[in-house]
Amino acid sequence: MSRPSIRDRAWAAALVAPLVLFLVLFFVWPLWTMVTASVVDDAVTKVLPRTAAAMAQWDGNDLPPPAVQTAFAEDLRSAEDQQALGEAVRRLNSAVSGFRTLLSRTVTAAREAADLASLDLAAIDRRWSDPRFWRAIRDAVPPYTDRNLLAALDLKRDASGNITAEDPGTAANRVIMLRTFVIAGTVTLVCALIGLPYAMLAASASGLVRALLLLAVLLPLWTSLLVRTAAWFILLQQEGLINDALMAIGLIDGPLPLIFNRLGVIIAMTHVLLPFMVLPIYSVLIAVPRNLMPAAASLGAGPLRAFWRVLLPLAMPGLMSGCLLVFMVAIGYYITPALVGGANDQMISSVIAFYALGTANWGMAGALGLILLAVTLLLYVVYGRLSRSPQLPGGA
Amino acid sequence: MGAFIAFKNVTKKFGALTVVDNLDLEIAKGEFVSLLGPSGSGKTTLLMMLAGFERPTSGEIFLDGKPITHLPPHRRQMGMVFQNYALFPHMTVAENVAFPLEMQRVPRAEIVRRVERALDMVRLGALKDRKPSQLSGGQQQRVALTRALVFEPDVILMDEPLGALDKQLREHMQLEIRDLHRRLGLTIVFVTHDQSEALTMSDRIAVFNAGKIEQIDTPQMVYDRPRTRFVAEFIGETNLVAGKVVDAGGERAVVRVGDAALSVCGNVQPGRDVSLSLRPERIRLGSTPAAANALPVTVADCIYHGDHMRLVLKSGSLELVARAERLAGDWPVGTEAVASFDPQDCTVLAS
Repeated sequence: MSRPSIRDRAWAAALVAPLVLFLVLFFVWPLWTMVTASVVDDAVTKVLPRTAAAMAQWDGNDLPPPAVQTAFAEDLRSAEDQQALGEAVRRLNSAVSGFRTLLSRTVTAAREAADLASLDLAAIDRRWSDPRFWRAIRDAVPPYTDRNLLAALDLKRDASGNITAEDPGTAANRVIMLRTFVIAGTVTLVCALIGLPYAMLAASASGLVRALLLLAVLLPLWTSLLVRTAAWFILLQQEGLINDALMAIGLIDGPLPLIFNRLGVIIAMTHVLLPFMVLPIYSVLIAVPRNLMPAAASLGAGPLRAFWRVLLPLAMPGLMSGCLLVFMVAIGYYITPALVGGANDQMISSVIAFYALGTANWGMAGALGLILLAVTLLLYVVYGRLSRSPQLPGGA
Repeated sequence: MGAFIAFKNVTKKFGALTVVDNLDLEIAKGEFVSLLGPSGSGKTTLLMMLAGFERPTSGEIFLDGKPITHLPPHRRQMGMVFQNYALFPHMTVAENVAFPLEMQRVPRAEIVRRVERALDMVRLGALKDRKPSQLSGGQQQRVALTRALVFEPDVILMDEPLGALDKQLREHMQLEIRDLHRRLGLTIVFVTHDQSEALTMSDRIAVFNAGKIEQIDTPQMVYDRPRTRFVAEFIGETNLVAGKVVDAGGERAVVRVGDAALSVCGNVQPGRDVSLSLRPERIRLGSTPAAANALPVTVADCIYHGDHMRLVLKSGSLELVARAERLAGDWPVGTEAVASFDPQDCTVLAS
């Protein structure tokens, strides 16, 4: 075999270039942006570089030395970028409220002052004699922070820098994250319970029946998620098709609460995610030789034992990938819980959307996203371990 | 000897298609019976009905005198060897062989002992911890066989088990199965479309055609005394000769073929038009008549086959194929000779 020439290599590189470019542009870069957004905290440092340097001299007790105050005044005077200043103000205001008015007043004073060294900040605003405000600036100085990541897990640092739990009143992320996993887990379980028999049926059928069964699973995949969810909205509501039908045949007296609660979310999500369970199991099952079940029967295994000992172990790789797929997609669900769920059925994505779209707090949005990513990766590693099964040739 | 397995008036239809047509078959205990026939002749369907995977449309199947027609497969105590072995890919060789014993809830220690003994019997003891995918075709076949034998079933069913093996291995396995049958006294029902396989292994061969058994007999009888044209043509090569019975008595008859009168074997009425079957290797070629039947012939073609020659002989309008051993000399095209054959090698077929 001859070694590929440089020309050949260039060709090969050119062929994969669009893929690499696409991955970098639409996968690596956004991911990196999200990760950095969650830990970078340079809004204050960018506007107050001299203050940041001078802060090193201050131990954090009482008021900072005059050098810090002078540096601060100089920074404020030379702050030209209004947008950067605004971001710094928002950052500081989120730590201690009152910074908005305080800073705008101080900036005006600093610009008008003739001699910055003799400028008495406490005279401009009494709040500068309160160490709390100075401490907030000092805390905002380091360019990287774990504040967002801790907050995403309902943790914070107290005044002395130790990690403590968030006040129960404001802590909501852990509850929502737990709820996300419970909903995703329930949906995965229901999908497995429906999907495994369905895939077995589709794999054992042939011709038109198999085509129809697979079409029934694939059809939802070809429909927009929004349309499918809206359809469930119509079906599940109080005067919806399901309640009307159940009441018409006299099975129930009043309408069942099917929507704006957990049940509705699980029904709608199961429907949407079922293909991700059925297809991997189906693809594994059609590769299972058809005569294995008759063989088990001829060797004395009843249908149940033949299923348990032969078919289920062979379907396991498909079942595992199906569960992983469904769970990973489910924990990121946003539209369906938003449309058919109640206030207590919102999942972590809605919190991310709140931070990203509602308050433009990209740090928090990034931190929550990072935690979601970490959980997904962890699951993937677990799956990789489990699926490295000894039944594969050479694995024994 | 009473019938161990009995099919009584068994018919199987798939829609409008009759696959097994009102069939009777009896198999004795310890017998090796091959079901031989072309594909679609109903032999596999019959096996599937015996195993319990198909239900007869009508008729009954008996095992040891008890009707089993409606018994589910896992209660039938029949070990089955499938075409592609059907080994469980997620289990080791030992686990595969242990499977039927586990299903019978045999104690753990006894399972280990019996699996070991069974695997040693087919010389697979060293491979017991391998997965089926790590075995060769012949080894997989032996594991499948062992798995079907280990729980000491009443009957072993085999559905073209050697079809996927190459010729040499197939012949080796034929002898091995035949040997196991003799040593263990097994009752074996063996489906095949390979006539040489059926001839080599069986006590009796049932030749299937279009859902019916054309003939059931020992290999020698099926080959030497085919009852029908189908059997004569399906098994081995034969010359079919058309003629008219001119004289008959007992098992002997005289049939006029063209100008010649041949003494033949068969119970027929004078005056009837019949077909005769004459195996090519039964024709002796020489310069003088050497048997009761002798026809003057001309060698029309001579085909070289390595260990033998195939000769096409012409006698008037009659054309015969003969097999000549290499030792019998050369027969160049155009040679005038005499083809001799005995009456018992010339069988009258039911038309």
